[in-house]
Amino acid sequence: MTTLIMTSGFDWWPYILVVILFLISLGVAAYATYAERKVAAFLQDRLGPNRAGPFGILQPIADGVKMFMKEEIIPNVSNKTLFILGPAIAMLTALLTGAVIPWGPDVVVDGKVYRLQVTDVNIGVLYLLGVVSIGVYGIMIGGWASNNKYALLGALRASSQMISYEVAMGVSIVTLIMFTGTLSTAEIAQQQHGFWADGYFTWNFFKNPLVFLIFFICALAETNRTPFDLPECETELVGGYHTEYSSMKLGFYLFAEYVNMFISSAVISLFFFGGYNFPFMDQIDNQLLVSLIGVGVMFAKTVFFIFVFMWIRWTIPRFRYDQLMNLGWKVLIPLSLVNLAITGLVMYFTGNLE
Amino acid sequence: MNEHLNNDTAAPEEKVYTTLNLGPTHPATHGIFQNVLKMDGEIIVDAEPTIGYIHRAFEKLAERRPFNQITPITDRLNYCSSPINNMGWHMTVEKLINAEIPKNVQYMRVVIMELARIADHIICNSVIGVDTGALTGFTYIFQWREKIYEIYEEICGARLTTNIGRIGGFERMWPEKAWQRIDDFMKEFPKELKQFEDLLMRNRIFMDRTINAGGINAERALQYSFTGPNLRATGIDYDVRVMNPYSSYEDFDFVIPVGTSGDVYDRFMVRQQEMWESLSIIRQALKNIDRKSTVFHGDVPEFCLPAKEEVYNNMEALIYHFKIVMGETDIPVGEVYHQVEGANGELGFYLISDGGRTPYRLHFRRPCFIYYQSYPEIIKGGMLSDAILAMSSMNVIAGELDA
Repeated sequence: MTTLIMTSGFDWWPYILVVILFLISLGVAAYATYAERKVAAFLQDRLGPNRAGPFGILQPIADGVKMFMKEEIIPNVSNKTLFILGPAIAMLTALLTGAVIPWGPDVVVDGKVYRLQVTDVNIGVLYLLGVVSIGVYGIMIGGWASNNKYALLGALRASSQMISYEVAMGVSIVTLIMFTGTLSTAEIAQQQHGFWADGYFTWNFFKNPLVFLIFFICALAETNRTPFDLPECETELVGGYHTEYSSMKLGFYLFAEYVNMFISSAVISLFFFGGYNFPFMDQIDNQLLVSLIGVGVMFAKTVFFIFVFMWIRWTIPRFRYDQLMNLGWKVLIPLSLVNLAITGLVMYFTGNLE
Repeated sequence: MNEHLNNDTAAPEEKVYTTLNLGPTHPATHGIFQNVLKMDGEIIVDAEPTIGYIHRAFEKLAERRPFNQITPITDRLNYCSSPINNMGWHMTVEKLINAEIPKNVQYMRVVIMELARIADHIICNSVIGVDTGALTGFTYIFQWREKIYEIYEEICGARLTTNIGRIGGFERMWPEKAWQRIDDFMKEFPKELKQFEDLLMRNRIFMDRTINAGGINAERALQYSFTGPNLRATGIDYDVRVMNPYSSYEDFDFVIPVGTSGDVYDRFMVRQQEMWESLSIIRQALKNIDRKSTVFHGDVPEFCLPAKEEVYNNMEALIYHFKIVMGETDIPVGEVYHQVEGANGELGFYLISDGGRTPYRLHFRRPCFIYYQSYPEIIKGGMLSDAILAMSSMNVIAGELDA
């Protein structure tokens, strides 16, 4: 296999990377469920899972096996095709987003360059936004096909919430694009090279923290995490959009949420915290070492943001539906528009306009 | 068929409402009761509560039971604070037979009742937190309910349905371990309660969710004959412990917390403050209790089971033992109403005796039953999320609702 890769003219590397990325996404998501329970236990003064393997480390595998072994129930009154399609779309879109994220600097081995990004499309940011917004269809279709009023309410909440928050997210990304001047994710990462250059921080967070704040809040809403977990809030809607789901189809919904969370965290660290860049990276001579540390840094940042997501979930209550909409339309969207205008003005007067 | 399709595709002339069955088993109902909601999107237009899913005919059951055997029935009214129900029932019978209870025993009763009140308020307030989505406060404070249950366990052996005490006093003196646990609880709990308050009380989202949600004004509350924390949240300082003291509550110095608008937040705050007052009452009581005392009940031999060695060596003790075990204790003819300040509100016992071994008629005044009447009015016009919060903040407990 190795020789085949090396000798044939065809570039196998992106395809291998796809498989690696797929496995990593699933692995991180699986262990995010474990981490969620451990973090919750830590914050709530409990023990958390500790039976399956040392420190309960095999818990996600046990959960997965359980999910597969459970009886699959498809309600008689449901629309069967859509009922199955729902979780499939949710999972698919969750896994698609990882493709445009640069996971590390290029690795050069024997003169051959291995890019740690599946594809560097020149509209990577738009691709991200587009795929994420398809994700809502999974929830909507699933909730609607269940033919259950609670599921329908959950699906309605999910779709209206995601659509509203996508507006604010979009505007904040436009602001980001304005001062980065590119739609390519790889370029955004390269621009934030190092930590300090020309007397100022290179990371986008320091250039405009407000964009980060808006984007982060919207990311919480997009991934249906507390305080925006209205679509599935147990105490009101039983299970929300996945009330009728069982077995691995339920698992797919839950899993998709964690994959989304992983990707969101990666995107946040990429857009605002330099992605794979880290301070003093120019002082290291070995290019391979820089690449390896870069990958590690990228994942460390991602894991940190996953932890922040969990931290928020187990600390604060959730909004009511109208308050959620108020926050989205009356606070975040005007705020992001004002931010956009101010950024534009600053760029105009400082002559940064390209 | 075609006509049906046409009807479906055309815009409806009148507004179409959705009917949503909230319950009988729903994660938020904390018990079994059903609400048929008529909804316009997320807004509740009309609500129709149904009760009776766990109707267990307590009042009828009580008519066939000797007095001591009615105590376990009262456990199952508001099972979150059963000692208060137990004590209320004992005091009702004591009122009828004119029993005199030693001060020490009365203070012990105050301690156990206030502990039960704290346990009940812990449940209610932490569940308000859960229903707003904040699970962590619940896990912090709920283990202190466990500690209270451990105290019950030391005293009577049971945890939830306690059956604490007997008519006339207690079944035995509290063991050393029980006192130890109470002392530990009094030392540790205030810190934890403070932590819980820090987590929720000034949380912006929590305040937004609870203020002006599920409110009722003082006038309507009185018309529904609200009592307890739910009435006090509307601003009326009615508390049975002060207005009509029992079990020496007049000896204690405490404040009745009141709210202003009767909404979920006020109910939460009133309960929170009541826990602090309960702690202060327990502290005062503990100061005055003689822990070494051997007297644990009043002079009512026909209700308090004598010690075994007494039974074997003493004729009268043998007779009382037989009468108590067989439930053959007659009580005087009469009618008596006694109310205690239950954790949820005024818990009343209306007892009519025709002189036999069982009550002629026993009626429980159950506060939850009254609160639940007002539930449709409270939630109308609000959102689904408010309805859930209103239910948990009124602390409607199915056991007490249906009886």
